[in-house]
Amino acid sequence: MNETGSEKYNFAIVRGFAFSALFWLVVGLLVGLWIAFEMFNPALNLTPWLSFGRLRVVHTNGLGLGFGLAAIFATSYYILQRLTRIPLLFPRLAQAHLYLFNTVIALGALSLFAGMNTTKEYAELEWPLDIGVVVFWVMFAINVFGTLIKRKEKQMYISLWYIISMTVAIAILYIVNNLEIPVTLFKSYTVYAGANDANVEWWYGHNVVGFIFTVPILAMFYYFLPKSTGLPIFSHRLSIVSFWALNFAYLWTGAHHLMLTPLPEWIQTVAIAFSIFLIAPSWGSVVNGYYTLQGNWDQMRTNYLVKFFIAGITFYGLQTLQGPLQGLRTLNAFFHYTDWVVGHVHMGTMGWVTMVISASFYYMIPRITNTEIYSVKLANTHFWLILVGQFTWTITMWIAGIQQGAMWKATNPDGSLMYNFLDTVTSLYPYYKLRFGAGVVYFIGILVFVWNLIMTVRKQPNQAEA
Amino acid sequence: MGITSKPVVFAVLAAVVILIGTTVTVFIPLFMPSTQPVSAYIKPYTAVEQEGRDIYMREGCNNCHTQTVRPLRTEVLRYGEYSKPEEFAYDRPFLWGSRRTGPDLNRVGGKYPDSWHYKHLDSPQSMFEKSNMPPYGWLAKNRLDTGYSFKKTSILGYGYSESDVRQQIDQYRLTVTDERYPSKDSREKITPVELRKQLTEMDALIAYLQKLGRDVKKMEAAK
Repeated sequence: MNETGSEKYNFAIVRGFAFSALFWLVVGLLVGLWIAFEMFNPALNLTPWLSFGRLRVVHTNGLGLGFGLAAIFATSYYILQRLTRIPLLFPRLAQAHLYLFNTVIALGALSLFAGMNTTKEYAELEWPLDIGVVVFWVMFAINVFGTLIKRKEKQMYISLWYIISMTVAIAILYIVNNLEIPVTLFKSYTVYAGANDANVEWWYGHNVVGFIFTVPILAMFYYFLPKSTGLPIFSHRLSIVSFWALNFAYLWTGAHHLMLTPLPEWIQTVAIAFSIFLIAPSWGSVVNGYYTLQGNWDQMRTNYLVKFFIAGITFYGLQTLQGPLQGLRTLNAFFHYTDWVVGHVHMGTMGWVTMVISASFYYMIPRITNTEIYSVKLANTHFWLILVGQFTWTITMWIAGIQQGAMWKATNPDGSLMYNFLDTVTSLYPYYKLRFGAGVVYFIGILVFVWNLIMTVRKQPNQAEA
Repeated sequence: MGITSKPVVFAVLAAVVILIGTTVTVFIPLFMPSTQPVSAYIKPYTAVEQEGRDIYMREGCNNCHTQTVRPLRTEVLRYGEYSKPEEFAYDRPFLWGSRRTGPDLNRVGGKYPDSWHYKHLDSPQSMFEKSNMPPYGWLAKNRLDTGYSFKKTSILGYGYSESDVRQQIDQYRLTVTDERYPSKDSREKITPVELRKQLTEMDALIAYLQKLGRDVKKMEAAK
């Protein structure tokens, strides 16, 4: 595909979502740093609005829904137009989607600060905002399917499959898990109770991560890796098998978040089995990524984008091995409820997700603004800062998790507990300080990323022609 | 493959594939007795306890405290009897949590007197110098809003009449404002004078904490 004639595509919407993503990324990380500090020094719980219990959900929602979704919308609208070879079918609807999205996320952050919190993880927004989310999702879906139906390219490439399955799955997950009965405008109760509510929530919680932090990121990976290397994807067949196996198996595994709880045991056991199975399709994509570079590994040195993609898919590979292992009953008994799991999540988000989104944006933004990247050197700095930051962050949390898990289990010769609970917490403070430092390094890397893209857009040397 | 040129068929097929695991592990269990066992010993929350639970949710306590004791030896030693499905029959939503930055609270009811909670919530660091828990003394400065208590318990299906709810609220107010209330001093120390004769958010939160795990003890004793 050549890049000429790009003016017929609607790239303003791509740019709008891309910079919304960067905004929410910075906000979400700042909140993350704040709560990371609170973990070893509670003095930062200055007001109710700044207390850990409220801020933690601002952090997770700000990054998951704010940054994650905006980046997905930006790249999906770009990929969709390129792979169908037509402009978005409903550009004004997409514009409204952008405004509504940012309004919902901003009101969401404010309402969570104010304590309007349903407590269902990654679904904490109260019911009026849930309706907002569903409305903007439908707006997105109309453009996706409308454009796909009117497309000029006969075959839909792999990335479009992932965008389709995300669009369908998120709609089902979000609506089912958020069924609630309003008390007031700001308060509601879920329709599910007890063990059932837990089961529905973790079916959602696990799969919303799957269909936001895996599926659309794979869509980016399968599109932008070949585009930025000039190499075709290694195996089309492997991508077909991986796609359907992933979509089938993912939905069975939510209950591995509920190991050894009062949820019926068979649901937990089925979840363990499918979690192990899930290694296969996950690694199908990992293998496909690695083999695509077969014979061209020099690009790791010569092409700055490849570093991001390969580091990203490597973290995805590690993540999808670690996840199923944590789901095993015996290991879960040790690791669950500790910082080990926090480390696991952040390898996925700070490693895999952010690495791939970074490279996708570096590829996409210069092309939609008809210019070149402002600085490859800064992009390399960004890469190393977020790599070192993330790795230090996650390894620190794994060690902290092992330590706390062991201390919880430690007994004296007479069978009594060796440590009181507080000892197991305070012994983690050195790790929390190191984690905060790693977070600062990571955050600086992200600031370099944002700066690099802002300068790229401001440069626009070919603006007159475009 | 033919379906890669048919987006609508592709989407329908994807939905079907996604719904298979969903149906087996989530939709069908919704209607199975094993996911919703009941016990005559497990009672719904009173209106005040429910208000306390809503404050627990509002402040995101679930982000640091779990409410499920697992059937593991050291866990039962630390917290008490492991959690049973019956005891969550009235929990909408469930508050099992996912990270134990603080200890599990599923068996905290009756473990400490109210005075302990007033002091601890006001300033965790005054009792445990190195604790990283945020202070919640300001909850004692907020009058408890009971304007929606009846509507809440109705939606939750607790089966209380409006006068039941009024009575529960009045009764708890009389309990904590009574001259003989054992935790009177700790309560008054953090409650402003103008609120001492009324219910505060702190009172409700403590009522909720004291309910946790108490019914299940009766259930276990009866076995």
